[in-house]
This record gives sequence, C-alpha cells and structure tokens, in this order.
Amino acid sequence: MALRNFIKRNLFLNNKCPLRISQRLSHFTFVPDTVSASEGETQRMNLFQAINNSLDIALTQDPTAVIFGEDVAFGGVFRCTVGLQEKHGKSRVFNTPLCEQGIAGFGIGAATAGATAIAEIQFADYILPAFDQICNEAAKYRYRSGGIYDCGSLTIRAPCSAVGHGAVYHSQSPEAFFAHCPGLKVVVPRGPIKAKGLLLSCIRDKNPCLFFEPKILYRSAVEQVPVKEYTMPLSKADILVEGDDITLVGWGTQVHVLREVCQLAKDQLNVSCELIDLVTILPWDKETIAQSVKKTGRLLIAHEAPLTSGFGAEIAASIQHECFLNLEAPIERVTGFDTPFPHMFEPFYMPDKWRCLEAVKKLVNY
Amino acid sequence: MLPIRLACYGIRSVAVSCKRINIGSLSQVAREFSSDERPQFPGSRSQWTEKLEFIRPDLYDGIPVYRVMDRKGKVIDPSQDPQLSQETVIKMYKCMTQLNTMDRILYESQRQGRISFYMTNYGEEGTHIGSAAALDPKDLIFGQYREAGTLMWRGFTLDQFMNQCYGNVDDGGKGKQMPVHYGSKELNFVTISSPLGTQMPQAVGAAYAYKRSQNGLCVMCYFGEGTSSEGDAHAALNFSATLDCPVIFFCRNNGYAISTPSKEQYRGDGIAGRGPAYGMLTIRVDGNDVFAVYNATLKARQVALSEMRPVLIEAMTYRIGHHSTSDDSTAYRSVDEVRYWDERDTPIARLRHYLVQKGWWQDSQEKEWKEDCKRQVMTAFARAEKKLKPNWKEVFTDVYHEMPSHIREQMKQMEEHVQKYAEHYPLKNFSKD
Repeated sequence: MALRNFIKRNLFLNNKCPLRISQRLSHFTFVPDTVSASEGETQRMNLFQAINNSLDIALTQDPTAVIFGEDVAFGGVFRCTVGLQEKHGKSRVFNTPLCEQGIAGFGIGAATAGATAIAEIQFADYILPAFDQICNEAAKYRYRSGGIYDCGSLTIRAPCSAVGHGAVYHSQSPEAFFAHCPGLKVVVPRGPIKAKGLLLSCIRDKNPCLFFEPKILYRSAVEQVPVKEYTMPLSKADILVEGDDITLVGWGTQVHVLREVCQLAKDQLNVSCELIDLVTILPWDKETIAQSVKKTGRLLIAHEAPLTSGFGAEIAASIQHECFLNLEAPIERVTGFDTPFPHMFEPFYMPDKWRCLEAVKKLVNY
Repeated sequence: MLPIRLACYGIRSVAVSCKRINIGSLSQVAREFSSDERPQFPGSRSQWTEKLEFIRPDLYDGIPVYRVMDRKGKVIDPSQDPQLSQETVIKMYKCMTQLNTMDRILYESQRQGRISFYMTNYGEEGTHIGSAAALDPKDLIFGQYREAGTLMWRGFTLDQFMNQCYGNVDDGGKGKQMPVHYGSKELNFVTISSPLGTQMPQAVGAAYAYKRSQNGLCVMCYFGEGTSSEGDAHAALNFSATLDCPVIFFCRNNGYAISTPSKEQYRGDGIAGRGPAYGMLTIRVDGNDVFAVYNATLKARQVALSEMRPVLIEAMTYRIGHHSTSDDSTAYRSVDEVRYWDERDTPIARLRHYLVQKGWWQDSQEKEWKEDCKRQVMTAFARAEKKLKPNWKEVFTDVYHEMPSHIREQMKQMEEHVQKYAEHYPLKNFSKD
C-alpha cells in the first residue's frame, strides 16, 4: 500500500496517472449473437467459458479425447481448460513440456493412433515452431499415405489477434500462413455461441483443424449460449447484415468492427452494407461471398494480419475472377500494415472503423 | 499470493503476513527450507559441493557397446545367446539377404532410369531384422527411411515394395510419394515422410494413445544419428520421458548423414549419452550383431510396457552404401573405409558364420538361395514395371477426408484441359479407372 502510494505521488505529475492499460479505448464494441428459443436453455458465457464448455462436452462424449499443451492442467493462461483436469482426470488433461513442435507432433501421433487429440498452443504467435509438423506432416498425412493413415482427429487451438497491448508477439493473426496449406482446416470464431459449435465441429471433423480464438474476446464477448450440445457447419460463411451497396467481409474480432462500419455507413453516407463473417478460412465459402458481390458490386475485406499475402489477397483474387463483370469498383482491403505488430502504436496499426469507413466512401464514390 | 507479496513489499511484510500462519507449520517450513542437508530447489535436489569443478565429458568413457557375437559369429557369453530356433534364425538370414538382393536390383533400376530414386540398406540389415523380430507384429512402427527390412520381416511382399517404387496402380500410396516412402496399415508401419525427425514426437503421441487404450502394445521409432540433431528429436525424447510413454527410440548410428560424419554431427557421447539426461533407460548395442539388437529390443519392449516408460537404443553400425542414388560417397569417404566394413563386419556375414557353425546352413543352400532370391526379385520387378500408373485424377484425392468444392472445381478444370490437349500428356501410361 505504501509502495503504491509512493509510485502514484512521485512518478506522475499532478497526481494524474497516464491512461491505464485497462482504460485504453477498445477499437470495437462486441455485438452478441442471439439464438431462438427453440435452442433451449441458455447460459451467460464469455468466450473462454464457451470454449471450456465445448471441450468438456468433447471429453465427456469421446473417451479417447485428450487435451494437452503448456499450462492446460491448472486451467490455462486464458482459463479455457479450467476444471477439466479435475473432472476428466490427469491422463486426459495434462501439461506438456514447453515445446510447440513437440505438442504438434505429439498430437499428430496420438490422432494417428486413434485418440481425439486437442492441442493448445499458448499464443498463435508461437505456433511457428510447429509449422513443419502442421504443414509438412499433419496436412499431408492422408494424401501421402494414399489414405491409409490420417490425423483427422487432431485439433489445434491457439489464442490469436490483437488484445490492446500484445505488441509483436502476443497479437499475431497467422491464418494466412496456414490457408496456403492444402489438407488443413482453419477456423476463426466471432463469439461464444459460434465458438462452442465450431470447436466441437473441428474436434469431430475428420481433418486436422486449426482453431484460432481472438483473445480480446475471451472476456469481453458475452452471449447467452445454449447449454445443450450443438455443432456449427465449417466452410459456411454467415451473412450477418443484409445490404445492397457494398459487401464487407471479415472474421474474428474484425466482424464487430465491421458491424459498426455498417451502422456508420448507413448513418453518415446512406450506404447499405452487407456484412459477412467468413468463419472458416480454409476451405472458404467462396460461393456466399461471390453471390453477395454479384448483388452489391463492391467488396471490402478487412483483417488485422498484414496486407501482403494476407488472406484478403486470396479473397480478392478469387472474387475478381468470379465477379469481374459485376464489380463497380476495385476490391479494397483494409488490413494491418506490412510491418510487425507494434506495441505503443497499436491504435495506428489496426484496421479500425475509420479506415474501413474511409474505404467504403472511396468504393461507393468510385 | 504470498510469494508475490514478498517480492513487492520486502522483508518487513513477511513478519506481518506470517502472523497469520500457525507457529507449528512455520517451524516445519523453516526445517524444510533449511539449506544444511540437501538443496531444496524444485528443479533439482542433488547434493551440495564446495568444489568448483566443471564436468569434463572428454574424461569419461562412452557408454559401452553391447554385443553377443564376435565378428566371426561366435557367441562370446553363451548366456546372451537368445537361443532362437533354427527356423527363426534362417528366416532372419533369408530376410536380410533378400533385402540386400532387392536393394541391388532396385539401385540398378534407378541407374537405368526405370525408377526415379532409391535408397539401399547395405550394412544395416541387422538393425532392421534384429529389432523387428523382437517386436509384436502389432506394435506401431514410425521409421525414417532406411528401415525397409522391418517391413520385409513383417511380410511386405516384393511386389508391394516394387509397386511403391514404381508408383504404379497397385501402389498402396497411390503414386503420391517418391520411392522408398513405404507404408502399410496391415503391417502397422506408418507411411514414411521425407522431413527428418518429424516421426519422433509423433511416435510419442501414438505411444501415449496406446497407453490410454491399454492395448498392450508399444511404439517403435527409428531414426538416424543425423536426425537426432533435429529439434523434433529433443522434443520427442523429453516428451516421452515426462509423459511416461511406452515407446522405444531406436537410433541407427551408421556414421554418416549423407556426407557429414558423426564427428561433425555431435560432440558428446553419441545419442546414447543423451538418454540418461532425459531420464530415460538407455543402451548402446552393436547394430551389426543381430542377436544383440534382438536381445536389447526384446528387453526394451518388456520394460517399456511393464513400467510404462520410454527406452533409448543406439545401434552402432556402418552405412556401406551411398546415402541414396543421388549421392556418390567416394566424394567424401575412401573406398578403403567402405571396403573395410563390407569385408570385415556386416550383419549378414556374421549371422551366416553363426548358422554355419551351428550346422544350420551349407554352401549349397547359400548358392541355391542366392539364385532363388534373385529370381523372385527379378520377376516381381518385371511385374511392377509393366503396370500402369494410377489414374491421373488421384492428384486430387485424399487431400481431405471428403473432397471440398474448390478441389473438385480444379479437378474439373484440369479434366477439360487434358481433354483438349490430350496429345501433350502421357495418358497412355496412366490407368483409365
């Protein structure tokens, strides 16, 4: 207490603290999904609770399912595995040594030998040592063996994306690296309801899946989540807002940024936006996007990952091919810059609603 | 909370927070934390020393090499003779020699442009057959690429080997991979992949799954001494020990990783020297002694399964052949060195001596078997060569469990293209089914 006061009195002019980390303005407002009453009883859950629930269901129903990674035993650094070791036992929920390539390789082997392997990588920024195992091995296991071996029952989860203060190594969105690897599935949820269903789908999917969870949503994304067991389809994009003038595409946290952009565009520009959450990055739902762009004639893609070869590039290339004659304007991408993710300058780096709104303006006035 | 508060507030606060601790437990804590007897660090509690002394690895003898037979096939300590039946030992001998014959013919076939690539197993046949014979046929094998003898022992036919090398319509791998990338579900041999060492942590995960399923089986993981330098090797050894996995790590230390000799691969006591550091049961064996390999593997398997722990076997041997058909080892080692091993110490010669001394094998049988072997290999070879390749549309299969629409779309586009430009594609070599 004395120390705290000492710091306050002596290190800040006029007794004013600089804006505390937790008070820095979030660049988005989370908009919860809702479900119809026919989905039955719901419970208020945030993202990590919904993921915890999904993992619990997976372990309860599949006796071969195991969860492993760094620090998962006590509940995980983001609390996604709280209570699971206690409930399902030490042989099913356990810590591994600190080694991502080992975690991925171990998971592949366990899956090959018949277990449902659910691996956790502590931060998506640290998934790169596992790149060889994921892309050279997991993704190719079925293909290279002529189908006699596979690691389809492997799922790898990792927290991703900006969190306000994560800087270079706690903010990355690496989906584009893996989108370039045939044989994998890559999924990014926008909230608790989607996450619970999508994660269960990934766990049950007969292909190795990467599930990237936007960490800023772990606590801030709260929804009334159905308590029952349910899955959500992979490779199906969600049209969240219908509109006629321009199509906006994003995933994860960015979906909520784009929601605000839709509202701002309506209010300030009288522009009607169609908002699509891509949900699955690989294999991605080209059909839904193409249909939308054929209607609107304009496409804006936004993602936190850097511009060059970000997944927006793939969408842009494919959609200009599919919808060339329907386009009223070039396809626009609003993304992180081609730099590593900076610390202090995060507000200037992010594809925020103002950069996106400006892009909408440009496209409708093209 | 206590440790954090101690760090932030300094010693004065300890007295304050300790007031809440019962006096009895405080003195127990004080006793446990006494640094008089042993160090109390959570990471290691060995012994104290006041001598400033660095461990000098060069002053320690390496881990000894376990052997049963001498180079003339004579059992040195009769208690170590595994007392295998005549039938089994002859099967071992025939398997090694058949492998050797197949290697010679397939190596030649690459030289003649019939297959694209090949890797021989010369000099290491003992490591394959000795270890495979000691396993349960249902134990899962993860290999590197120079373990064809383990597959042969389990019953992979000459046709199956050839079909994979030719990538023809009967290749179990559907023509997807280079030669020697064998795989077999029935024989519990996971399909080989080119990246080195990746199989090692996978073997650990598989062993963990086997442990959980209580199927009484273990996992066998082969790798070379070069591969042991890969990060995946370290990961695997550490994970296997910390997670108590029934996996046998079998290192074929054959002296070379392509052109890199083992003295440029490591500075310590080989791969066996690392085992104890990981907390693992370890042995070094003479890889050219089939019985030593057999005994060590059999014991390793027993321990792995009864104690649920990994075991490390380093089999010392010599790579008599080139690394592959893309290599000419005269560029980095002397012909004399190779000749020395080929003439003085091969697993095949040593086992033959043993057989002859036992009266189980005669010169006439040797001649007959050599010819029979060659004939079998040649006919399988001719069969494989005549077959068509799989339908070219297999390019698009097995990427996923189900074919997604974007791959189907690409297949359709290529179908249209091939139809239009048919004369520019080697369609006649590919099956129409």
